[in-house]
Amino acid sequence: MALIKDGKLVDDVFVYVGDDATLPADGAVIVNLERWQSSREELLQRNEPVGIRLRSDQPPDLIGACLKKLAVVALEFPAFRDGRAYSYARLLREKYDYRGEVRAVGDVLLEQLHFMVRTGIDAFEIHSEDPIGDFEIAAADFSVWYQPTADGRRTALELRRQRS
Amino acid sequence: MYRYDEFDQTLVAERVEQFRRQVQRRLTGEISEDQFKPLRLMNGLYMQLHAYMLRVNVPYGSLSSEQMHKFAHIARTYDKGFGHFTTRQNIQYNWVKLEDTPDLLRELADVEVTAIQSSGNCVRNITSDQYAGRAGDEIEDPRIYCELLRQYTVLHPEFSYLPRKFKIAVTGAPKDRAAVAVHDIGLRMHLNDAGQMRFEVLVGGGQGRTPFIAHTIRESLEPEHLLSYVEAILRVYNIHGRRDNINKARIKIIVNQMGIEKYRELVDEEWERIKDGSLKVPQEEIDRINAYFASPEYEVLEDISEELDAVRKIDEEFDRWMKSNVVAHKVSGYSIVNITLKAPGRVPGDINADDMDAVADLADQYSLGEIRISHRQNLTLVDVKQQALHSLWQELKLLELATPNLGQITDIICCPGLDYCGLANARSIPVADDINQHFVDVDRLALVGDLTINISGCMNACGHHHVGNIGILGVDKRGKEFFQLTLGGSSDEHASLGDRLGPGLPQADVPIAIEAIVDQYLQDRQKDERFLDTYRRIGIEPFKKAVYGTPESKDVA
Repeated sequence: MALIKDGKLVDDVFVYVGDDATLPADGAVIVNLERWQSSREELLQRNEPVGIRLRSDQPPDLIGACLKKLAVVALEFPAFRDGRAYSYARLLREKYDYRGEVRAVGDVLLEQLHFMVRTGIDAFEIHSEDPIGDFEIAAADFSVWYQPTADGRRTALELRRQRS
Repeated sequence: MYRYDEFDQTLVAERVEQFRRQVQRRLTGEISEDQFKPLRLMNGLYMQLHAYMLRVNVPYGSLSSEQMHKFAHIARTYDKGFGHFTTRQNIQYNWVKLEDTPDLLRELADVEVTAIQSSGNCVRNITSDQYAGRAGDEIEDPRIYCELLRQYTVLHPEFSYLPRKFKIAVTGAPKDRAAVAVHDIGLRMHLNDAGQMRFEVLVGGGQGRTPFIAHTIRESLEPEHLLSYVEAILRVYNIHGRRDNINKARIKIIVNQMGIEKYRELVDEEWERIKDGSLKVPQEEIDRINAYFASPEYEVLEDISEELDAVRKIDEEFDRWMKSNVVAHKVSGYSIVNITLKAPGRVPGDINADDMDAVADLADQYSLGEIRISHRQNLTLVDVKQQALHSLWQELKLLELATPNLGQITDIICCPGLDYCGLANARSIPVADDINQHFVDVDRLALVGDLTINISGCMNACGHHHVGNIGILGVDKRGKEFFQLTLGGSSDEHASLGDRLGPGLPQADVPIAIEAIVDQYLQDRQKDERFLDTYRRIGIEPFKKAVYGTPESKDVA
């Protein structure tokens, strides 16, 4: 598993602490929403970066009020056909103005990276022998976009208006 | 017609190259068929019973003669010389080889045609009125807004993996020829009290195994907010739509489970947040697109209906065709001519490559080079001078494309059925042909007048059986094909779903049953009443009796 952040291969400093795992004494962690809700004070008192991992049936409205405290929001793609997290990414960026890391985890297909980037996801856990090579190819599939989205790229309409 | 600028052209070319890489990865075995499936579906490539089928978009049903020639070329080069026009104004090729598809798509891109999102759980080709821009009752040309929506939905990063497919239709006229009430989103133009164009927005219509007529979610929407409002609808659907059961995943299910009031509330809340943001459509963009759809330079011509009447009096066959297939144009001296792809021995919607070329040539010669596809699987030439009608008719007759049956019993909507489709329960094409062979008396057809028959080979309803005046649904009962009839369906501005007539019939009995229904109608109709109006007035019982003898006491099948 490789982590790509802002287009570069990076070490993942976060540890995902699953349902039954015990919280490590120190270090940055990503926890699920249930643990955040039940152990919020404990997590904050550790004074280490905290991230939340949302399942695809957990919209970011559930954590809207505490986003400032979160270093990472990890969005789960349980299968390629479950596209809810694309909306969640845009809501995080555009509705909540969240500036921290939005990470795609789960069934992250190369063919979908392009769309993920456009919705404001900036980190990706991917399975690949050549993660950077694959990422660069996938992210460069298109040079023209019609929709204004969270990544702020200029749309065909904006370029048309500039031209005229 | 809309023409691509450099941005549109670049995007389409890049999409072809992306697909070429995906096909390559599949052919070398780098990705499995399972992984490849969603990728090919996003580009209109289905695996059918016998071969790959490629569905190509005809944006909102408008086609240039150049594009039609290209369709003919594709049919010859990559298929067995045929194409099939569908109820979504698209064309399907039934015998395509996987390894050929990138080159095929490259050739289509050269004439600004794509297969982008012609299948998959994304927003499909936006459909519209086949008379767009030419109908006298139109408020504005709906294609302007179709094109806006086309661009907005193509490769939408957020909405390419929706719970299920998503279909949008737009009508600019009060007379609805685009069946907007049976779409996921239907847009209907009207003028407000101040004389400004506004959209009525409908949501949650659809056919399939659970048919619904759409609800109005917003009475009056300003055109500048069209994209933001559609985005709000799509976002609420993407988040709340059901993903646990493919048969309950369409927006109609969640809208009807939640209730339209609740759905509206969620949409409005989201829309309030985004409506004045970057999706607001600048007037200059509407104007830019509108310029492409500006009316052609029409000649100033007198209406010559009276002279035509004289010709019609002496030429009965021409008169019959004029009555059924030719409709009024908004400009004096011009007419709209329909070419139905329905006749005995013809598969509804099918056309061979030579006929495609011939129609394209006729469009150039008689109709300013433009062709439309209707959701009833017919072709339309929209700008024919009245003075040329008789010679056009003669040419069409030579091509056997002058069947005078538009909107009549034999003008049947029909899905490909079990002859091609892996989902079908029954063969629908032979039923359509039986009806065509049975109703050969053109005078009787004309006497019966408007009566739509729609046939689907399974409950997925690709043949729109729920909204046919007479609907026919193929079902499988213990390995045998039966056909269930429904009456009273309609997809126009007073849309309704058909009522089930009774137990399914064997194929051979279908034309006999339709004959009985027609006889009953002719007996009961008042003056010029259409079949649908008679049905709505007298109800289903007389028709049950006509088909089954005694009134049915209980539903059987």
